[in-house]
Amino acid sequence: MKHKTFFWFVLPSTLAMLLFIFLPLISIIVQSLYVAHDQVIVSVENCGPFGCTQSTMVDQEATEALKSGHPFGQFAGADIFLDRGHLAVAEVGQAWDGSQTWREFGAQMLNLPFYKAMSFTLTFTFVVTPLVILFGFAIAVAVNSAVKVVRGPLIFFSLLPMMITPLVGALILFWMVDARGIVGTALISLSGDPSLSVKASTPLMWIMLIVYGVWHSAPFAFIVYYAGLQTVNSDTLEAAQIDGASRAQRIRYVVVPHLLPLTTFIALMQLMDNFRVFEPIVSFAASAHATSLSWAIYNDLGGETRQLSSAAATSVLTVVCIIILLTPVLIRTWRDFGRK
Amino acid sequence: MASRANQKPFSLTLFTIVVLGVWMMLAAFPFLWTLWGSFKVEGDFFSKADWAAALTGKMTVSETGGQYTGAGYYGAWVQEGFGKAAMNSTLVCLFVVTISLTLGTLGGYALSRSTYRYAFWFLIIALVFRALPQITLVSGYLPVFFKFNMWGHLPTAIIVLIAINQPFTLWMLHSFFKNIPQDLDESAMVDGCNRFQAFRHVIIPVMWPGVITAGLFSFLLAYNDFAVTTMLLSKENQTMIPKIASFLGTTQTKGNVMFAVSAVVSVTAPLFVMVLVFQRQIVSGLTAGAVKG
Repeated sequence: MKHKTFFWFVLPSTLAMLLFIFLPLISIIVQSLYVAHDQVIVSVENCGPFGCTQSTMVDQEATEALKSGHPFGQFAGADIFLDRGHLAVAEVGQAWDGSQTWREFGAQMLNLPFYKAMSFTLTFTFVVTPLVILFGFAIAVAVNSAVKVVRGPLIFFSLLPMMITPLVGALILFWMVDARGIVGTALISLSGDPSLSVKASTPLMWIMLIVYGVWHSAPFAFIVYYAGLQTVNSDTLEAAQIDGASRAQRIRYVVVPHLLPLTTFIALMQLMDNFRVFEPIVSFAASAHATSLSWAIYNDLGGETRQLSSAAATSVLTVVCIIILLTPVLIRTWRDFGRK
Repeated sequence: MASRANQKPFSLTLFTIVVLGVWMMLAAFPFLWTLWGSFKVEGDFFSKADWAAALTGKMTVSETGGQYTGAGYYGAWVQEGFGKAAMNSTLVCLFVVTISLTLGTLGGYALSRSTYRYAFWFLIIALVFRALPQITLVSGYLPVFFKFNMWGHLPTAIIVLIAINQPFTLWMLHSFFKNIPQDLDESAMVDGCNRFQAFRHVIIPVMWPGVITAGLFSFLLAYNDFAVTTMLLSKENQTMIPKIASFLGTTQTKGNVMFAVSAVVSVTAPLFVMVLVFQRQIVSGLTAGAVKG
């Protein structure tokens, strides 16, 4: 295709992505380097018949002048990145000096909002992703060996947890594990502890969020593996059988190598999706026990005081993490492309 | 093929049945349970005393006189104006799907036909964009939208969702167009069409299966979105998902939790129908990227 035709064909979607994905990226970088202006406060003396009183007021004109002079706000450099809400360099240093054991140091780090969010985000990503692959594979193998007639309905119900709106799916599970819900009551009677509540316990909340993550994403791995299983070469399988391979050996040496590229694909998609874990934390009202990077940005942006600079700084750090996460994939793709 | 060599040992059959049974329970039961519970009162669906109350509906009978009650639905749709939110969601989905498909087909087609290196880099950058959490972009929009008075309106959210949708749509349609043989449009060009005419007369008539699949996923993204719509829409313009979230925040008084339960069921119903009708397309769409690499 000629350069010119290519240009006209991709122009509309390029424009959309430039304006609403690329420019916002620039915007968060700029925002994270500036803080909003303080209002200019002046003190005025009011003198009346009963003497003079001092009062302070906002000098609107001066504030406006300051804002129009520097529309981005006051240049702060890397200050926002280093403050307590983000990388918290000073606090980490103190914790490092003040704590005797690793355990103590870790506990202190978890009190800092950024590291708290980071620890859950990473745990969630790296626990859910392998579990999704494992369960997805098991379900795919099971469905594949089921009778043809029931496969359609099986696939239909399997798709539901993935198709459902994340916020809504998490709510449905949350209502069931509520202390007054069906699963919650079952847990209480099983453990014999009437005060057991997912809402009140950090480890239980983490487990519940991870359970939700696996429930939501396992269908994706299932569908991909299931499609892969349909294309396993039956001649190879038969040849292996004639050569005396047992069932386990046939799976190990024929089926698994066939599915390996699919596993890379699933792992890549899952890493990207799990890293942005956000809606379940809102649905489970879990923020006291578990926060994620996305939730931290949401929290800064919401409410009466929109802390744009703080949100922007967290966003920049998130983007950096995403790029680090994707680097191995990008390098591999680049090498593959160079070889062609 | 049911030869003796292929016959499964009993333990394997048992394993299959157990896995499928447990999985079906996990996948389907939560939905059925919530659907059932949405017709009860709060005292039954969230029963401290006895979980079986949700089945027998003791409180529902004593409070409303019947086994089932539509009070939750009445509260959500009539009292809280969920209908307006449903209308907004419909508008958002309609525009997002049509516009992002239009842009995506043009771009995806060009990317599948170009053999230059920049087309490859274009796709890689799109992949990176696809990986960014939506909420990071939202914090980039807010100051600009406030400044130009664009915040809170439906069209703003629609444009943003279209743009966020582009990387995924481009990837999916690109791999789909790769499967349409090049000879098709090239022979049209030999016959004197230019590139756009070839696309218009030869490719468009055969592209619908792929476009429908990509459209389904665009629809899902727009319908399921929470991060963008909750941050960029004012209270009057909310779509369904942020509306449900606001039920949770503000109306925790007795009985109003059931508004949220009924709203959740109402949101899920269209998705059910969609999966039922388009199961085949969804499965093919999910595997398109994987099987072709």
